[in-house]
Order: sequence, then C-alpha cells, then structure tokens
Amino acid sequence: MVSAVLDPPAPLVKARGARIDAQGVSHWFDVSGSALPVLDNVDLHLRPGEFVALLGPSGCGKSTLLRLVAGLEPASAGSLTHDGRPITRPDPSRIVVFQDPTLFPWRTVRDNVALGLQARGVLSTQAARVDEALALVGLTEFANAHPHQLSGGMAQRVALARALVNDPSLLVLDEPLGKLDSLTRMTMQGELVALWQRAGFSALLVTHDVEEALFMAQRVIVLSNRPARILAEFDNDLPYPRHRGHPRLAELRHEALRLLGLDASW
Amino acid sequence: MSAVPLPRRLRDPAISDPEMLPLFAARYVDEQAAPTPSAASTKTSPAVAFWWLGLVAALAWFGLGAVTREWPNKILGFSDWAYTDQFGTAAYAVGALVFALVILGRNAGRIGRLVRPAGAWLLALALLFATWEVATAKLAWLPTPFFAPPQNLIEIYIEDWRRLGDSAWHSVCLLATGVAFGAVAGFATGVAIGWSRVAGYWIHPVLRFLGPVPASALLPLAFFVFPSSHAAAVFVISLATFFPVTVLSWSGVAGVNKQYYDVARTLGASEWFLVTRVAIPAALPQVFVGLFMGLGAAFSVLVTAEMMGVKSGLGWYLTWAQGWASYANMYAALLVMAVVCSSIVTLLFAVRDRVLSWQKGTVKW
Repeated sequence: MVSAVLDPPAPLVKARGARIDAQGVSHWFDVSGSALPVLDNVDLHLRPGEFVALLGPSGCGKSTLLRLVAGLEPASAGSLTHDGRPITRPDPSRIVVFQDPTLFPWRTVRDNVALGLQARGVLSTQAARVDEALALVGLTEFANAHPHQLSGGMAQRVALARALVNDPSLLVLDEPLGKLDSLTRMTMQGELVALWQRAGFSALLVTHDVEEALFMAQRVIVLSNRPARILAEFDNDLPYPRHRGHPRLAELRHEALRLLGLDASW
Repeated sequence: MSAVPLPRRLRDPAISDPEMLPLFAARYVDEQAAPTPSAASTKTSPAVAFWWLGLVAALAWFGLGAVTREWPNKILGFSDWAYTDQFGTAAYAVGALVFALVILGRNAGRIGRLVRPAGAWLLALALLFATWEVATAKLAWLPTPFFAPPQNLIEIYIEDWRRLGDSAWHSVCLLATGVAFGAVAGFATGVAIGWSRVAGYWIHPVLRFLGPVPASALLPLAFFVFPSSHAAAVFVISLATFFPVTVLSWSGVAGVNKQYYDVARTLGASEWFLVTRVAIPAALPQVFVGLFMGLGAAFSVLVTAEMMGVKSGLGWYLTWAQGWASYANMYAALLVMAVVCSSIVTLLFAVRDRVLSWQKGTVKW
C-alpha cells in the first residue's frame, strides 16, 4: 500500500499551493425562521503549500468552514479569497475529499477518477492523467472495477485520485479517514502526507482526531464548540516523515486536549 | 431538486419493496439468487444420477396421450372435436422427449441441464392438460360453447393464425408507439420536476390532480377529439405510461444523494453535466421501476382501447370472438396476449439488466 505511493511512475502534479485567506468569516443557518450561528468571526490564513489541520469537537462547524472555502456555499459575513481573488463558487483548483468517498456507483473506478477532466471537457486530451492518478494511489489493477467491489480504504483512495487528477492547488480534506479502520487509517495518513509533499498543493484538513491532526499537519487550529471560534493555534515544526512516538507529539497532544477541555483523561 | 415532497401515496413502499412487486420481479430475484455453477454441479452430479421425477413426468405425458387418443370424446349433437388425435400424438411426443432425457441422464448435455430443474412443472402441466381434456372433451362437464378442449385451441391456431398474428402485430405496434411517447415525455417531465423548482411549482399540482385519473376514462373523450381512433389510442396509452414514469423519474432525481452534486460541482461540473451525468444515471434504477409500472398500465389501456374503438388488435379480436360466441378463439387470443405481454416485460428486464449492470451485487428488485 505504502510502496505504491513511494515509488510512483511519474510525478503528477507540479502546481504551486494556493494561498487562502478567510477574514472575519461568520456563518449561520436558517433553522425554521431563526438564525443558528455556526461560525463566529473566524480568521484563517493558509500559506502556499502549507498543511493546516482544523481540530474541533464534532458538530462545531468545521465542515461548514470547509464548504465556504470550497465555494459550495457563500459565507453569511466576512471575506474569503483564493490567491487574492474572492471565492464565489466551486472551482476545480480547490478540490474537496469528503468523509464518504461518494464515488458514483454507476461508473467504473477509472471513470470516477476521470470525472473532473470530463466535466471540464479535457478528458480526450488528458486521458493519461487518469492512469497516472490511479498509479499514484496504487489502484491500477482496479481501474475497471465498480465502487461496490472496493473496500472502504480503496474507495477513499479512488476519491483521492479523483481529486489529484485535477491538479488542485488546494486539497480540502473533510475527515477523509473518519470511517476507516484504524490500521488503514494510519497507512493512509502517511500516504496523504507523502502525496502532499510531492505535489506541493496546500492542504486543509478537518478532523476531530487530535493525533491525526498533529501527525499530519504543520499547523493545527483548535476550534471551539458551536458557533466555532478559533481557540488556539500552534505550529508543529517536526520534520517529515514523522514518528508517532515522538515526545514532541505527545506534548502537543496534551496541549490540544487541554484546550478542548479533555485533559483530565490524559 | 424539488423541495416539494412526494405525496404519501406515491411514496408507497410497494414501489421499492421487493415483496410487493409482481411476479416477474420475483422471478428475477430468484434468478439472481440461483446457485453458482460449481454449487449446481456438485448438487446434480453423482448423488442424484437418476431423474425419477423426469420418469414420472414422462409417464404422465404418455398418460395424457393415451387418455386423449383412446377415450372417445363425448359428442354433444354436433361434429367431433378436430385435432384430437394430433393433440394425443403431441402429448406422446413430449413424453418421449422427457423419457429420452431420463435415459440419457447426464449425457443429455445442455438441454438436459436446462430441462431438469423444470421436472415438477412438466409433471404439473401434464396433469393440468389431462384434467382440462377430461373435463371438456371427454366428460363435457364444462359446457361447450363457453369452454373448449386443448385440441380446439390447436384448431384455431392452425385455421386462424393469420388473423391472430395480424391482431398481435397491430397491438404491438400501437403499444410501442404509445409507450414510446409516454416514456420519453414522462422521463423528461420527471427529470424537469425533480431538477427545476419552477417546473415543480407548475407541473406538480397538475400531475397530482390529473395523474391518478384512470387513463381509460379518457378514451371516449379521446375518440372524438382525435382525428382517428388510432391516434386517440396512442394518446391514451402514452398518458397511461406517462404518469408512473414521470413520478418515478421525479422521485429518482429528487432522491439523488446531494453529495454527488457537491463532488461534481467542486470538480468543475456545469449544470448540464449535473443533470445528464449525475442526476439521470443516479435516477435510472427508479426510472426502470416507472417503466415497468407504466407498461402494466399501457397493456390495460391498449386492450380497452381496442375493445372500444380501434378496429384491429388483440382486444378487438376478443370482442369480435365474443360477438360470434366463439369462446375458443377468445382463449386462443388470451394465450397470445399472455405470451406477448410477458415477452415485452422480459425484454424490459433484459434492457434494464444491461443498462444497470453496475447494480449487480448492490440492489435487487
């Protein structure tokens, strides 16, 4: 599994990472007439090529922030920009990988990966990229399989290939490993980091798993309960590849849990 | 993505519940659940070498032949039933074939493997024919003008095949035209309501008010509004198909996982791409349920239309036969109708299996 990522045939992506700036973003949902606030004056800045994790309790509004960054919904207040240009709608340079792989069951693995190229009408000229992306996630042999024939981890890899084939400058990861078993999860955490290092995109990961955030990201932003505010953010300057047993990770973890009010169990 | 929920009646579990779907669907499920070839071969190979059931079935067909040929018909004041001997001979022939398969055993090859599971049916059919033959031709328990023995059907097929064939052909053409219009219009309407709020706002109430009206109720109106009875029938058949196809295409499109759209939109999909490459493929399983139900409604309206005004087709043949009190012709036509209708449904399932081959192993109905 790992080896497939470590010795790929050709580098797929050369794009520079995106710079994302969210300034004073607030958001509320209209729930039967009254406003339900989910985000409260959030500032978020991603440097090009940076890997940032958003850590917060479940239901705190972190996924909503991702949807705003992806352009799937407009923010109720505040501004969001991508390399200085306002984010008004979804764009293939900012790809979201959701918690569910959400593969289209009627398409083969290859056709699922080809989705973005097809949607933009460039499939005929760039078909080779599909096979490159499949090789990158180690699923070349499964190109003609249908999604229901895949395991959870494989399906999530296909979703990743479907994102990477578009050469994104920002990869938005909405708890992408949340439904995997713990072993597959650890493997894929390593794979994702390796992919990010090679491809150079910016990455924004949402997770409620403290260890995952600390193991993968360069910077971790801790969010409060709904409506989400930024409680703290800390840098993790450990070099990659990281080791899960590193004492610095344990320290950071303690700090993060304290911020989330869970340090009693530590 | 209509915000308007389906009326409860249209969300009836019967639409999705495999238990509630009629015979053909149930049969399809059986086929899917059939044992794999390896399992089948281990089951039939050495242990049950001799086909006892086949032997009994063969004897039953011989018995049917003997009863038909040797037991004289009860003659009620008019000429004897024609083709009695031929029917008996045919029964002997079937018996001989089954017997040959019994003797050949595992050497019977493909045909043997196909026929063997149907052993109980072969026996049952022989007994059914024998009962029918005895109750009509031999004892005349069932009075003659209203009931006919099997050999009488043979006589009709031989003497009236031209008219029957012609009627069946006209029915199929009329049905195909009507269903084609209805299915295309229903699919387009359903997708439009499912997708567009404006279309939903205008079409939904109309559909809800007029949709449940039985299409055959519009036949008398259609017959004088349209220039020909044929055009009127096409219209009413397509209306009968239209309603279920519309409702199920709509519910199919409205029920598409919203995340599919999010995924496609972040990948740069246009609105057109979302409809044609996301909404429609995702809704197709439901559309096929709609087509299946639409066909059922279309059969019914087709026959009614042919009985009421169209001067050809199997429905017309039925009323024509009734007018002459030749009930045997009616049975013959009903049998043709059963063959035609079940073939069309089988064809629909074959197309469905091909188009939705990706569903294998996920959904069954």
